[in-house]
Amino acid sequence: MLNRKDILSTIKMIEQQHLDIRTVTMGISLLSCSDENISRACEKIYEKICRAAGNLVKTCEDIETEFGIPIVNKRISVTPIALVAAASEAENYVPFALALDKAGKACGVNFIGGYSALVQKGMTLSDEKLIRSIPEALTCTDIVCSSVNVGSTRAGINMDAVALLGQVICDTAKKTAQKNSIGCAKLVVFCNAVEDNPFMAGAFHGTGEAEKIINVGVSGPGVVYNSLQSCKGERLEVVAETIKKTAFRITRAGQLVASEASKRLEVPFGIVDLSLAPTPAIGDSVARILEAMGLETCGTHGTTAALALLNDAVKKGGVMASSSVGGLSGAFIPVSEDEGMIAAANKGTLCIDKLEAMTCVCSVGLDMIAVPGDTPPETISAIIADEAAIGMVNSKTTAVRVIPAIGKNTGDSIELGGLLGNAPVMPVHNESSKEFINRGGHIPAPLQSLKN
Amino acid sequence: MKAIVTVIGHDRVGIIAAVCNTLAGLNVNVLDISQTIMQGNFTMIMAVDISEASVNFSEIKSALAKTGEELGLSILIQREEIFEAMQKI
Repeated sequence: MLNRKDILSTIKMIEQQHLDIRTVTMGISLLSCSDENISRACEKIYEKICRAAGNLVKTCEDIETEFGIPIVNKRISVTPIALVAAASEAENYVPFALALDKAGKACGVNFIGGYSALVQKGMTLSDEKLIRSIPEALTCTDIVCSSVNVGSTRAGINMDAVALLGQVICDTAKKTAQKNSIGCAKLVVFCNAVEDNPFMAGAFHGTGEAEKIINVGVSGPGVVYNSLQSCKGERLEVVAETIKKTAFRITRAGQLVASEASKRLEVPFGIVDLSLAPTPAIGDSVARILEAMGLETCGTHGTTAALALLNDAVKKGGVMASSSVGGLSGAFIPVSEDEGMIAAANKGTLCIDKLEAMTCVCSVGLDMIAVPGDTPPETISAIIADEAAIGMVNSKTTAVRVIPAIGKNTGDSIELGGLLGNAPVMPVHNESSKEFINRGGHIPAPLQSLKN
Repeated sequence: MKAIVTVIGHDRVGIIAAVCNTLAGLNVNVLDISQTIMQGNFTMIMAVDISEASVNFSEIKSALAKTGEELGLSILIQREEIFEAMQKI
């Protein structure tokens, strides 16, 4: 029989330290749904998703009951719609978003991602139509998530797309102003986007993926935080070892859930995403882990180093626990979704510039950050360009999910509800980036040698 | 199929009897019991076999939760694999 200590330690992690499986995401290829006729294409999309994912939620609930571990989100990701829609002659792509919304709701999932375009080198007509339709698509749907990849290490950064997306984000914020600009929480701009990401808002089912796939994202900042209580004052290698061991356990739970879900749904298992995904709940914060390492407040000097240690240890511990690792894999630092980050931002210790530095060493980017509602689109574009440049040069995924809080200014906050949390409005630089952004064009791909 | 039942709460007369009674009523076979008092809390861990159970997993879970409520205890049941996955290499 298993020993008592092990059993109680698992129960404590789940019951007291918020250990959960953050998401089971089913990726579904919609390439077979292309059609000249947009209504017919939308019907095919709806039918295919319902057929593939009809049992997803029920199966996950059964697994939760039997293994006693919560699966917080059940989600669907689909082929980037700009590819699926390219065959249609329609000018307005919003019906595709409505079809996704309807299908996702019929399956009972929390989110459906893939209202996306990949434009790192250039935009097709379809890509541009999709991007221009994002503000309306995110206004008239509830659970659809959208993402656009604007750069990559191999292709450089498409600055025309970056300029366009600054405007798209501002328009989305204005259109959903009545709901605290929530549309922007469902839109993420990537550099080096991955094809098997189970996390929203950036999940889409890449063209290199199988017909259907199950990807799982784990969580567990609370468990890591608690494990660090046992190594107060110890040297940092002890901290790293403790995190590795904890990450191993967390990931094993994810691997078990992933293989069970894959077996029961008869859909191949894709990857486990080794992530520390915080929630706004007390005791489930990545910022508090950094503080437990000895920083007075997250955002002060030393934060980037502490985060680098954490991120690396999570991966090292997790890699051995899963047969296939992928997705974004790293510690997330979404401000509004992390109780400790919110507190640090309110205190003024954590600012956007520091967050940008932190994204150099962790997954994924400037995430869930509210900025003043009157921030110019060019400034948003410039924030995206900076973040994409970090991803491009360092061969990692970076992303921007900022929320211009309409009618709000620094010092205010916006309530986004649920796991999206409460976002303090953070200051941006007032000096203009307009001339730089309005140049348009392309930032060439970086050299892969002479690395310094 | 094996599962682990954990019972945690204040000690009182008849906890084992009540839990075993609930399990017997559902035709769940008890394989092993270990109990102790940890930091003032009664803690019991049982390994059970549910392959011959007369009801499904979620009904066993609710029946145990109901017994727990009556006794003022927390009673959980989870399939054994979750513990093995997390604690063994």
